[in-house]
Amino acid sequence: MGFVVEARNLTKVYEGGVLAVDHMNFEVEEGEVFGFLGPNGAGKTTTIKILVTLLKPTEGEAKVCGYDVMKKAHEVRKSIGIVFQDPALDTELTGRENLDYHARLYGLSSDVRRRRIEEVLELVELTDRADDLVKKYSGGMRRRLEIARGLMHYPKVLFLDEPTLGLDAQTRRAIWQYIRKLNKEEGMTIFLTTHYIEEADKLCDRVAIIDHGRTIALDKPSNLKDVVGRDVIYVRSSNDLRLAENLKSEGWVSEVKVGEELAIYTSFSEKRIPLIFKVAQEVGVEIESIKMKKPSLEDVYIYYTGRKMRDDEAGPVEHVRMLRGRRLS
Amino acid sequence: MRSDVQAIYVMWLRQVKRFIRAKSRLVGNIFQPLLFLAAFGFGFRGARFVGIPTTVSYLEFLAPGMIVMSVVFSSMFAGISVLWDRQFGFLKEVLVAPVRRISIVVGKTLGGSTIALIQGFIILAASVALGVRISALSAAACVLLTILVAFSWVGFGLAAASRMEDVHGFSLIMNLLIMPAMFLSTAFFPLEGIPEAFKLVIYANPVTYEVDAVRQVLIGVGYISLWIDLLVILGVTCFTIFTGAYLFSKCEA
Repeated sequence: MGFVVEARNLTKVYEGGVLAVDHMNFEVEEGEVFGFLGPNGAGKTTTIKILVTLLKPTEGEAKVCGYDVMKKAHEVRKSIGIVFQDPALDTELTGRENLDYHARLYGLSSDVRRRRIEEVLELVELTDRADDLVKKYSGGMRRRLEIARGLMHYPKVLFLDEPTLGLDAQTRRAIWQYIRKLNKEEGMTIFLTTHYIEEADKLCDRVAIIDHGRTIALDKPSNLKDVVGRDVIYVRSSNDLRLAENLKSEGWVSEVKVGEELAIYTSFSEKRIPLIFKVAQEVGVEIESIKMKKPSLEDVYIYYTGRKMRDDEAGPVEHVRMLRGRRLS
Repeated sequence: MRSDVQAIYVMWLRQVKRFIRAKSRLVGNIFQPLLFLAAFGFGFRGARFVGIPTTVSYLEFLAPGMIVMSVVFSSMFAGISVLWDRQFGFLKEVLVAPVRRISIVVGKTLGGSTIALIQGFIILAASVALGVRISALSAAACVLLTILVAFSWVGFGLAAASRMEDVHGFSLIMNLLIMPAMFLSTAFFPLEGIPEAFKLVIYANPVTYEVDAVRQVLIGVGYISLWIDLLVILGVTCFTIFTGAYLFSKCEA
């Protein structure tokens, strides 16, 4: 079998012509935490929806646990667990009832059901609140309950769409712990999407960077960062192009890219800042701001796209989603 | 197969549990038919209507109409509650489960009908308490009829919910369709002494046949042959259930 998830030329064009997923190719290996990193509207959620059989691809194919998502939707559904981006709990029921109903929908026998409910409740530390109505739960507790529910039926792969969206920093770290724990202790393959750099970096064995419906890079976070080089210095100046031209020839500069800001890839960046000023002065360019960074996945994103990864701006898919109400979300 | 049976059970149980827990909703749902029953039933006690036999009081005439009204309201609401499931995300959880859509529809229909029957029964009991004379046998026949009525309106709600994008459509359906359907039927007044054009509207309204059948069974007063009533009810029930199931099977989360 080899891969838990395989996508070949996966493409989704929404009604109205919005290209949300553009010939995507990737594989997810068994037992790994695989992450989709990209801004809102990059096509992450659409891809997940195709993989979990909620949307049909326009072109290409995808297999989950060896089953084609189009032809064997029923088998795919049986072998996966999902935690959606928006909550999908019945808040008028208790935590335990939500888990019990889920287990019944997946055909677990009553003794397995009872035992498994206790197990997953314990894993996410909700045992003592299990009989409270979900509407009395906090955001973090709801998310934990959803993760527990996704695990109920022993899925082979767990899909987490933005698992920590809208949670505070402390709760976010706690959720990370649960995700790590179930990856290690249950050997669960995990496919998550996120637009939080730190989440992808800290949690994932491998990360695919997604932009405009395409995978623009896919590797271990450390390897991705190695591609960027050692350090990055970002400069805003009165004439980025002119400054870039003159910096390229400097021996200590490994690469210069002009995007929203001028990105200079180098090593020992703290020693290079005075040199940049010197060059700028020589060619008559005024520097407005300058900052240096040890590379993060954000810098990898900038390296490939020339843009920063913003999450405050709606991409094309988000926009269509807003116009058409809940249908797509 | 196992999970399909379980899916039907889960969808049924979920609705019944939510119904039992939401006491305010129950009060809200049965208040209106009860109010009409008491206010009109006693208010028009002295009035004489053309077409109502002198042996039957207006309260007795009105009771079957209010039973049907509460069943129609609550079963339609049960079907259309898919809109809220979509709004609050629960629909996705159901749609990605490895169960057939038809099991979800069946469970939803049974759950909605159970709730509708409970509410209809409360109105029936209230009618008896207010002085309507009903035999046990006719009450049993009434239950059978209301099951069909409930099925048809759950189906209608499901069909409507599958075609609507958000919960705003609900009040539109309620005010522009369900309320007129109640008032333009024989629920409140007899089918005699009414202008012909108005009669046509009443004949075109399935609620007319539902009320008429229940009234014949409960108090022995009717304006249409019971067989025609049954035929129309069965036809409408089949149509709405199949339409609801079909449209729901096509809907996306």
